[in-house]
Amino acid sequence: MSEAIRTKPLPATRTGSAAASVTPAPEASRISLRAGEEALAALSSALDLGLPTQPKTSESKNGRMALWLGPDEWLIIDQNGADLMALCATVSAPHSATDVSHRNTAIIISGPGAADAINGGCPLDLSLKSFPVGACTRTLLAKIEIVLYRSSEDTFRVECWRSFAPYALGMLAEGAMDASA
Amino acid sequence: MLLIHCPYCQEERPETEFRHGGEAHIARPTNIADISDEEFEAYFFIRSNEKGVTFERWRHAHGCGRFFNAARHTVTDKFIKVYKAGEPKPTLAELGLESGESQ
Ligand SMILES: [Zn+2]
Repeated sequence: MSEAIRTKPLPATRTGSAAASVTPAPEASRISLRAGEEALAALSSALDLGLPTQPKTSESKNGRMALWLGPDEWLIIDQNGADLMALCATVSAPHSATDVSHRNTAIIISGPGAADAINGGCPLDLSLKSFPVGACTRTLLAKIEIVLYRSSEDTFRVECWRSFAPYALGMLAEGAMDASA
Repeated sequence: MLLIHCPYCQEERPETEFRHGGEAHIARPTNIADISDEEFEAYFFIRSNEKGVTFERWRHAHGCGRFFNAARHTVTDKFIKVYKAGEPKPTLAELGLESGESQ
């Protein structure tokens, strides 16, 4: 009997520099959620998590995060692997939920040089004033689209598409080297 | 790098996050099957191509994903005003310009 083995998008080894570590994040479940105002209350209660309505803001609770991406669009991430599709399926108000758990993967950048490492490929202002803890946005890292989330003062999560992950990891590792120079 | 204010994100963002979407405020004729070839050409192909203040659609493609409109000066490349899709086209007076100043 042969058995299919899932290949991880990135090797789970830490890279980067003393100023900023660059580490592939553990597996997580994710949905891309689109919904109008009339569905927000029911979706929030099904997900047990408020859906933020202010630009660049997020909500987080027990390893589950709701990241604002646009006026009617959120990325929901559950680090405990919960079945988010099943939770949304209990909501009858019109919405669109798409499982993107394996479309995306994530890289964690952590350390005093984390923002500098990301700024090596991303022109956003990542000062705490403009991009505080909990801030999130879709943006660009060099040539690829990412979703950036700040989980603490010196820790960021970069969500990118699986096939772009080696490129993102390479850019971030190089940024981390530059950040320590 | 040019910074563009997104009316949905409510802040300035780097230009590389945006895509240009052509001239704004072009209404599709409601009787499209009845209009002449010349009328269709005027609607479909002919653009004002202003030297001076132009009204354009932009999309925050690598941000919130939304289309919005902008009044931009094609000589200075300055964004004079951005506004949400569906909002009326501002007059030159509303942009703080005299009609002679549009170039
Ligand atoms: Zn935007």
